[in-house]
Amino acid sequence: MLSRRDLIAKVGAASFAFSSLPSMAATSAPTANLGFAGGEPIRPLSGSFPQKGTMILQRTRPPLLETPFEVFDSGVFTPNDRFFVRWHWAIIPQSVDASAFRLMVRGHVNKPLSLTLDEIASLPRVEVAAVNQCAGNSRGFFQPRVLGAQWGNGAMGNAKWTGVKLRDVLDRAGIKSGAVAVRFGGMDEQIVPDAPDFMKSLSVDHARDGEVMIAYAMNGKPLPLLNGFPLRLVVPGWFSTYWVKMLNDIEVLDKPDTGFWTATAYKIPDNIHADMRPGQAGVRMVPVTRMLPRSFITNVAPHASLSAAQPVVVRGVAMGGDCGVKSVELSTDEGRTWNAANLGRDEGTHSFRGWSTRLRLDAKGPKNLLIRCTNTKGESQPMKENWNPGGYLRNVVESVPIVVT
Amino acid sequence: MKLIRPIAFAAFALTTQIAAYAQSPMKFRSLAVQFPDSTDLFPAGSHADAINNNCLSCHSRDMVLNQAPQPRTVWALEVDKMRHAFKAPVSDSDAAAIVAYLTATKGK
Repeated sequence: MLSRRDLIAKVGAASFAFSSLPSMAATSAPTANLGFAGGEPIRPLSGSFPQKGTMILQRTRPPLLETPFEVFDSGVFTPNDRFFVRWHWAIIPQSVDASAFRLMVRGHVNKPLSLTLDEIASLPRVEVAAVNQCAGNSRGFFQPRVLGAQWGNGAMGNAKWTGVKLRDVLDRAGIKSGAVAVRFGGMDEQIVPDAPDFMKSLSVDHARDGEVMIAYAMNGKPLPLLNGFPLRLVVPGWFSTYWVKMLNDIEVLDKPDTGFWTATAYKIPDNIHADMRPGQAGVRMVPVTRMLPRSFITNVAPHASLSAAQPVVVRGVAMGGDCGVKSVELSTDEGRTWNAANLGRDEGTHSFRGWSTRLRLDAKGPKNLLIRCTNTKGESQPMKENWNPGGYLRNVVESVPIVVT
Repeated sequence: MKLIRPIAFAAFALTTQIAAYAQSPMKFRSLAVQFPDSTDLFPAGSHADAINNNCLSCHSRDMVLNQAPQPRTVWALEVDKMRHAFKAPVSDSDAAAIVAYLTATKGK
């Protein structure tokens, strides 16, 4: 149940937020309307998960929790207690003994390691601001609808991650020549023993690029257990599926990882927007990897009334994908003309970038606000929605319908 | 529409917190939490027993109920994936019953 304070905050937020006003009726629980066409847009809100505030409940076990969209309006960093949660298998340790915990580094290495948390923390500390986004974020907006976690736009978050370079850990073990990949596993387990353990791999070069890190803190605090306490992999610019939580096993491989989660799952059409037609045959499929540019308006709810009498401030967050944000532009004429927004402070290449713009709306009546990010590689969000059977990599230009009064 | 406090303020507060933290070495504390659970059964219907008996051991029902309606072929592929990719020990007859339940209750 929501606390009274949460409820008041929620009601206060609802005038501009995407998630719906919770019902005030004493008998019905508060809900969010994710706005999907084609069925099942309503989700309960839950405040009963440990170390979490009010979250959109997508699945109780194993937990899938979505960040209510109004949270993204409170700043470019997503608070730990509102950060989205996604687990594959149901056996997740509900306690971790910090002194007994060990991170194994093994396989094709000169010296296998079993590291304590204190040993890991004794390595040089690094910090990076980076967006963590599920490859299936926004899946519920796919048309035609596809199966999978029916996320709205809240399966993403941005945090300042603190930890050590993966390279420093790998180099202590010493990678043998002939190594091709590094595979990461966490403490979560499948219920059916012969089901595929959740593990993901990176190439050796990617693993040693100095950017990939093992994080022990987010936003200056230990990770919430549901976000991977005590350690999680951070792969800036790549989708969350690689950011293995409760990381306790690193295995250096001398041959490619043929495991289910790396070789079979999380596949997309081999083109920049991961786009195909439903039922299209012969499409070459490749693993999900890098993120694409996205941008969102965070202070105008769909169908909000905006006054033509005075300029209004519109603002939100943007991300470049696997590089920085070059520009964010807003259109009020369905994309015929675009006006550059002001960018907020640069917190780093992989961080959300805040943006804002002052808008003067002349003609009264219905209108759409379109928002588009172009990244530093010159890639812009497309006007056309993509489709693929996994529901991955949505990054179409977002359109918020408003009424000018 | 309502205007909210500037983004810059929230960012500043967080930065200050991180700077203070960075000066002290990381202290690791043990952690114990408890997850809420859901043992809710699927809505009643023909073959509800099959879906209740086979599916709820690995995930709660909300994952299924939150899906948009889908045609029988899509549900059949999904049950197939659960059995063959995820190794759910579901018999052929139960698999057929689960597809029938899903098609009847969330079909299209």
